[in-house]
Amino acid sequence: MKIMNCPLNGPRNISEFVWGGEVKPMPDETKLSDREWAEYVFLENNTAGVVREWWCHVPTSYWFIAERNTITDEIVKTYPASEVFKSRVDFAGAKP
Amino acid sequence: MTAEMNWGGTNRLPNRGALIDRSRPVTFSFEGSLVEGFEGDTIASALCANGQWMISRSFKYHRPRGVLTMIGQDANTLVQIGDEPNCLADKRRIAPGLVVEGQNYFGSFDSDAGRFVEWVSKFLPVGFYYKTFHEKRSSWRFWEPIVRAMAGLGKIDPHAHHGYFDKQYLFADVAVIGGGPAGLAAAAEAAKAGGEVLLIDENPKLGGCLNYARFDESGEAACKADGELLNAVKAAGNIRVMSDAVVTGLFADNWIPVVRGNRFYKLRAKAIVVATGSIEQPAVFRNNDLPGIMLGSAAQRLIHLYGVRPGKRAVILTANDDGYAQAIDLLKIGSAVATVVDLRADPPQTALSKAVARAGITVHAGSAIAEAYHHGNKEHVVGVAVAPVAGEGQLSDPTASYECDLVLMSVGYSPAAHLLLQAGAKFAYSTASHMFEPREIPAGLYAAGSVAGQFNLDQVAAGGRRAGWAAARHAGGTVGAEPAEVSDPGAAQQTHPWPIFPHAKGGEFVDFDEDLKYDDLINGIADGFDNVELLKRYSTVGMGPSQGKHSAVAAVRIVARETGRDLAALTVTTQRPPYTPEKFGHLAGRIFDPERRTAMHHRHLELGAQMMPAGIWWRPAYYGPKAEREKAIREEVNAVRNDVALIDVSTLGGLDVRGPDAAEFLNRMYTFTYAKLAVGKSRYVLMTDQAGVITDDGVACRFSEEHFYVTATTSGVDAVYRSMLQWNAQWRLDVDVANVTAAYAGVNIAGPKSRQVLQRLCQDIDLSAEAFPYLGVREGTVAGIPARLLRVGFVGELGYEIHVPYGYGEALWDAVVEAGQPEGIRPFGVEAQRVLRLEKGHIIVSQDTDGLTNAWEADMPWALAKTKPFFVGGRSTQIMAKMPLLRKLVGFTLDDPALPCPEECHLVIKGGEIVGRVTSAVNSPSLGKVVGMAYVHPADAAPDSKIQIKIDGGRMIEGRVVKLPFYDPEGKRQEM
Repeated sequence: MKIMNCPLNGPRNISEFVWGGEVKPMPDETKLSDREWAEYVFLENNTAGVVREWWCHVPTSYWFIAERNTITDEIVKTYPASEVFKSRVDFAGAKP
Repeated sequence: MTAEMNWGGTNRLPNRGALIDRSRPVTFSFEGSLVEGFEGDTIASALCANGQWMISRSFKYHRPRGVLTMIGQDANTLVQIGDEPNCLADKRRIAPGLVVEGQNYFGSFDSDAGRFVEWVSKFLPVGFYYKTFHEKRSSWRFWEPIVRAMAGLGKIDPHAHHGYFDKQYLFADVAVIGGGPAGLAAAAEAAKAGGEVLLIDENPKLGGCLNYARFDESGEAACKADGELLNAVKAAGNIRVMSDAVVTGLFADNWIPVVRGNRFYKLRAKAIVVATGSIEQPAVFRNNDLPGIMLGSAAQRLIHLYGVRPGKRAVILTANDDGYAQAIDLLKIGSAVATVVDLRADPPQTALSKAVARAGITVHAGSAIAEAYHHGNKEHVVGVAVAPVAGEGQLSDPTASYECDLVLMSVGYSPAAHLLLQAGAKFAYSTASHMFEPREIPAGLYAAGSVAGQFNLDQVAAGGRRAGWAAARHAGGTVGAEPAEVSDPGAAQQTHPWPIFPHAKGGEFVDFDEDLKYDDLINGIADGFDNVELLKRYSTVGMGPSQGKHSAVAAVRIVARETGRDLAALTVTTQRPPYTPEKFGHLAGRIFDPERRTAMHHRHLELGAQMMPAGIWWRPAYYGPKAEREKAIREEVNAVRNDVALIDVSTLGGLDVRGPDAAEFLNRMYTFTYAKLAVGKSRYVLMTDQAGVITDDGVACRFSEEHFYVTATTSGVDAVYRSMLQWNAQWRLDVDVANVTAAYAGVNIAGPKSRQVLQRLCQDIDLSAEAFPYLGVREGTVAGIPARLLRVGFVGELGYEIHVPYGYGEALWDAVVEAGQPEGIRPFGVEAQRVLRLEKGHIIVSQDTDGLTNAWEADMPWALAKTKPFFVGGRSTQIMAKMPLLRKLVGFTLDDPALPCPEECHLVIKGGEIVGRVTSAVNSPSLGKVVGMAYVHPADAAPDSKIQIKIDGGRMIEGRVVKLPFYDPEGKRQEM
C-alpha cells in the first residue's frame, strides 16, 4: 500500500485518502457556450505525466493538492489547496 | 530392532532430521490408511518415510506425482485435508488425527480411471480451449460437463465454516526476508545500527540451506557458518525473528504482507533486504515427472530435515557441484549411487567431485538422461537411459541404462526474484551464469545471497552483510564503514543453459502443474504465440498453482531458441503476488464490519423492533414480530395519521454551517436561495453536482444570521460534507462547516396530537401554530434537555423534530414516550415513514432518483432559484432545460383494486420499449389503494395518463398517473 504525505497529518496509508479529481479551475460559466461547458464538466485531459489532483484525508476531511506522475504512480509532492487557490472567489451578476 | 525404532516409517534414518521430534509420535490418515510420523514431519515427509511416494495425481493426465521440491514450491503435493483443498503436503505439518486425501482422481487413488486421458492426449492439443470453442458455440455444450468433471484441483465444501483469521500491523526499520545465510548475515549487520530489525523466514528453523545443503565433503562448512550466523542473530537484542512466516508480496512504499498461520500481518519497513534465495530448476526429459524423480535439494531436505531416505539406489543428473554433494549425502546414509550424469562435457575437478570419484562412482560427463523408465502403473521410477549430449538439446543414442528408485535433478537455479520484481526491480539474463540477475533495484530495497547471484558461502555472507549495512543506512541508522562490493564468479558454475532434452516419444514435462510437455510449447509457438506472455496464456505454461516457479525459465529458453531471439533480450513472465497461495480467510480476517447505533438503540430492541441497516447505521424497520409485519406497519402509519407517534431520526445527517458567508455558501451549494431566509425558519435544500444530477436533499434551518443547521440524508451526509469542504477550498468563503451527525440524537414526534404531547415537556417555547408555525425552527429545552426543534413535513402531519446532544438521546426518547401515554403514543419505524412520505409525494434521493436524475426529470423546477448568480450544477441544469426530456418522475395509482402492488424497479413499458421504472410503491393504509412513483415517458406525465407496468412473471398491469401529493394536497395537516 502506498503512503501519501498529507500536508496536515503527515505520511499516512493511501487507504485513508480519497481522490477528488484533477485540479481544473472552474471557468466563468457565463462566458462559455453550452458545448464548452459540457467539455469542462465531462472531459478530462487524462495526461500521461505529472498531474495536479485533489486528495482528501478522510478521517480529518482535509482537502489538499497532490502532484502525481500517472505513468509511474509516484506522488511528487503534496501541499495545501491555498497555495493554488489564494483568494476568495465571487460570482458576479444574476443570470439572464 | 525394537518396535519403537520402527515408528515413523521404514525409510526413516537414524540420527537425522533437524525438524522432527522423535520423542513425539503422531498418527494421521492418508487415503483412509493410518500413517505414522513424528512431530515436525510434513505430510509428504511422513508419507515418503512410509514408502508412499505417490502423493497426488496430475491436473490433466492424472499421472502419479510425488515430491519435487519438499519446500512447497510445486503443485505435485497438493492434497485435500477435510474441507480444505489444495494444501501443500510438503509444507503442512502433520497433526494427530489429520485426515488427508489425494486430489485429481476418479474412483481410487491407486488406479484412477482418469489416467487414461493421457492415451487420448493428442486430442487435447495445446490451446485446446481456444481451438475448440473459437468457432462452434455448440461444442461447449459437449465439452463442458467433461471439462468440469476433469478440471479443478481439490474439492470445495460449500458448507465449510469461516475459521478464525485475523490481522496485525507490524513496523520495522529493516525487514530481512529470508533466514538463510544471506538473511542471517544481513540481519546481524543491520542490527548493529541499533534500529528494529525483523527477520522473516518461511521455514520452522532459521538457517535456510545450511540446514540441509552440503558445501564440503565433511559437512562442517555448513555447520560452522550456521553456528556463527545464528549466534550473531541471537546476540543482537534488536532482531525479532518470525519463523513459519511467508512474505507473499512486496508492494509500494515497502508494504509487506506476511502470512503466518491464521494471521495476516501488514508490515511496513523503512528498508528491506530480500534474501529469498533461488529456486532449483528441474531438467526436462521423457518421464521426468515420475515419483522418485526429484530436485537434488528435495532429497537433501528429506534426509537432513526429516530423516527420510529418499531412495535406495540413485542416479544423479547434474551440471554443478551440488550434484556431487548430493552423491556424498546419499553415500553417507548408506544408499547406493548408480551413476552421476553430468551435462557438462568437461566438469571441473572440485573437492566434491574428487570425493565422488574416490568412492568409485561412474560419472558420465557430457551426458544426459534420455528417458526415465517405469512399470505399467507409472507409480515410481525404476530406471533411466543415459545418452551423450550431441548438441543443445540433442542426444546421441543411449549408451547405458541404470536401474534405480531415485533420480535427482541438480542442473541449475533461478533466482526467487518474485518480491524484487513486484517492487519494480529489473532483472536481465546473464550469459555468464545462465540465470536472470538483478540489474536495477529500487531505493530502499537490497538483495543478497543467491537471489543476487551469490552462491559461494563466504560470498553469500559477505553479500548479506553489505545489504544489511545498506538497509540500515537507508533506514536512518548510524553505520560503520561500507563493506566491499560482492561478486561471485562461482555463480557461472551453477546453472546449465539447456537442460532440456525432447524425446521422439514425448512425455518431457516442462510444466508439471499444467501437464505441459515440450511439444505443447513448440506447437504453441508454431500457432503464432511466439511472445512469452502470449504463449503463457495460450498454453497455460506457468499459470498453475506454482506460477511458473519451475517452468517459466524453461519456457523462455524454448521461446528464445524457437524464434531465434537472444535470451538476454527476453524476460520471464510477470511474477504477480501472492508468492505462495493465500487463503481468502487471510484477506477477510475477522470480517470486521463497523456499524453505528443510535442513542436509543436498546429502547428499540426492548420494544421488539425489527432492525434494518441504513448505510452503516441500524434503524428500526417496524415494531413487532416478523410474522405481523404488514399489520405493524399499518398500525404505525395510522397512529401518525390519527394520533401521535415518534420515530428515531438520529441517523439523519447534520451539518453546522457558521460564519459571515454561511448564507452565501448555501446559495452556492444548493439550488434554492437562502440569503433572505428569516432567522427561525427552515427551507428545503436540493443539491446537484456539476453535471446537474441530484445528489442529496434535506432542510436548512437558520438559527442566527451566521448559523445554519443543515440536514442531509443518512447515507449522503459524508459525501455532502466532503463536497462542501472541497468547494470551499477553492472559493475561500468565510464559513466553517462541521459534520455534527454523530453529535446529535433526534426524535420526530408526528401526528395531530403531537403538540399536546410536546407541550408537557417544553415550557420555554410557545408551541402555538402562530408562534411556531410550519417550517419554523426554535432552540429551547425539551424535558430539560437543550434542543433544536424543527417543524418539518416529511410525513405530512403536524410534527416536531427534536435534536438533542447525543448523550441525551435515550433520556429524550423516554421523556417523550412517558409524556405521550395519555395519547397512546407509539413508536414508528422506517417502513411506516416510507409509506407516509410516499403518500405525501416526497422523494427519497437515491431511491426515487438515480445517477442521472436532474431536477427536470424529478419534476422539481420549483426548487431551482432563478435569480442567483451561481449554484453547483446550475449551468448544467440550465442547459438541460433546453434539451428534450427523456423521462419524468410522476405519481401513479392502480385503479383496479385486484391488481398486486408493483415493486421497485418493475419496468414501465410503452410501445414495447422500456421507458422507465417504478421507484417506490405501497399499499397506502391512509388512502386504501396502491400509490407509487415511477419514471414514465414525458408524453404520459400528465395526470390521468395510462401507464403499463411489467411486474413479476412478465405480467402487464395498468397504472394511472396522479398529481402529487396523494395525501392532503393542500398541506393543511402539516401546517396545523
